[in-house]
Amino acid sequence: MVENNRWGNLFAHLVLILGVAIVIFPVYVAIIASTHPPGTFIRGVMPLLPGPNALENYKTVITQGRSQAGTPPIGGMLWNSFVMAMAITIGKLSISLLSAFAIVYFRFPFRIFFFWVIFLTLMLPVEVRIVPTFQVVADLGMLNSFAGLSIPLIASATATFLFRQFFMTVPEELMEAARVDGAGPMKFFKDILMPLSITNIAALFVIMFIYGWNQYLWPLLITTDPEYYTIVMGIQRMVTGGDSEPLWHLVMATVVLAALPPILVILFMQRLFVKGLTETEK
Amino acid sequence: MQTKRMTFSNNWLPYALLAPQVIVTLIFFIWPASQALYQSFLRQDIFGLRTTFVWFDNFNRLFADPLYLNSLKVTFWFSVGTTVLSMSVALLFAVMVNRMIRSRDSYTTFLVWPYAVAPAIAGVLWWFIFNPSIGIMPYMLKGFGYDWNHRSSSTDAMTLVIIAAAWKQISYNFLFFLAGLQSIPQSLIEAAAIDGASRFKRFWTIVFPLLSPITFFLMVVNVVYAMFDTFGVIHATTEGGPAQATNILVYKVYRDGFVNLNLGSSAAQSVILMGIVIVLTVIQFRYIERRVNY
Repeated sequence: MVENNRWGNLFAHLVLILGVAIVIFPVYVAIIASTHPPGTFIRGVMPLLPGPNALENYKTVITQGRSQAGTPPIGGMLWNSFVMAMAITIGKLSISLLSAFAIVYFRFPFRIFFFWVIFLTLMLPVEVRIVPTFQVVADLGMLNSFAGLSIPLIASATATFLFRQFFMTVPEELMEAARVDGAGPMKFFKDILMPLSITNIAALFVIMFIYGWNQYLWPLLITTDPEYYTIVMGIQRMVTGGDSEPLWHLVMATVVLAALPPILVILFMQRLFVKGLTETEK
Repeated sequence: MQTKRMTFSNNWLPYALLAPQVIVTLIFFIWPASQALYQSFLRQDIFGLRTTFVWFDNFNRLFADPLYLNSLKVTFWFSVGTTVLSMSVALLFAVMVNRMIRSRDSYTTFLVWPYAVAPAIAGVLWWFIFNPSIGIMPYMLKGFGYDWNHRSSSTDAMTLVIIAAAWKQISYNFLFFLAGLQSIPQSLIEAAAIDGASRFKRFWTIVFPLLSPITFFLMVVNVVYAMFDTFGVIHATTEGGPAQATNILVYKVYRDGFVNLNLGSSAAQSVILMGIVIVLTVIQFRYIERRVNY
């Protein structure tokens, strides 16, 4: 620090505490709302202190959902979200590792061409090709299935680029040594490259898991069977499902359950998360 | 593009390694995109029995359609609002956190987690806070004499979705600004301080210009986010209303394609969106190539 200004620091702390409070406020309100009985919300302004109904509300959403609005129990939706997020994450990581390996460690015709094909996926997010992608998935009979929820999303240019960059920094000698010792390409990949990449894989895992868990538009399009609803899209059905005002205490309990897993992932793996976030954008 | 100096030689293995990625890309990305391109030149009659090739008629109709022009305008203001709000708040937080020594990590922890909240959930959270009948914000605003109602007022609805979208993006911008601030050499700031520049002056004449590559990069990322990743915010809250006030392009493509079943028009809108993403991606990558030398 150039100069140590006590009042300046105090002011900075004030700004930050206020900022943190504003950033946390929406989630605080959601947690509070999820602990109140339904009657609270008819009587005017939302409460700011916890109510007595927490256990009951969470039990209701997890085991029953909101049957009159066609929303299944949350338990199943949480499971679906988890399976989808894991499938997307593992799928993205494995096919990207393989393609980066091919691009860096082999010379073959059309190498650059394939690289550009992969690059194109960056320019074609689901949002810009909604209808035709839906048609493809419908033609393949993949509606209402975990395959349909995950496979169309597992192509990843960012992960491929990141692994490519990392592989380029791996010392040449490692591969030469492996070849001298008679290791084939897949053995080298499995026993040398993979262990070296483990931090990068973990960092990307955090980012991809959050990406997968938070998918919204895609599950909305291809699931019509409540059996396959994911929790993030299920909330929308709870909010707009009935004609009356939403049942806020149940909606907010669902919101808390839907937001918790990815938030916990970030909080517990903050270092990996920051690494993954800043490196995928390079 | 480089490979390793020494490579494995194998005739089929590299293709097999690339196959999964390339097949997924072809089936679920490139084929649908080309279909969108093709369909944007077609028009179906209302029963879906006959399609005719209409050249650029779908595009002409779009640009003559006041609803589409409105959607372009809405998207523009939404992106500008989200980007400016979220980046300025994030920069303020980053500058303040960067002054801290012991408390830096704890503040960072408190500020990064909204990244994990899905846009749709962010929308629902703020929608609840701003709910006209029970929300806390309308109650407080009433104290100041403002009658908040995002169900009837276009400005209120737009403000709501901007706040929700920007809130979620603060963490991302914050992390990048903080990393940028930490890479600025301390000696530059000390030299300016010795020359008598005030804290305020040092920030605007030294720190802020040095941050400009990151600021520019974040601008592109935030515009992409606001245009393409905020579908959930709109869909879970305002659904484009009231009176089209929050009907951003991505939401309109979805409505026209899935609810109104106007495939030709939806495909033409997709093609325009693709054009926008391509331009933004190219800008982003050209810039990144330069940052390597920076």
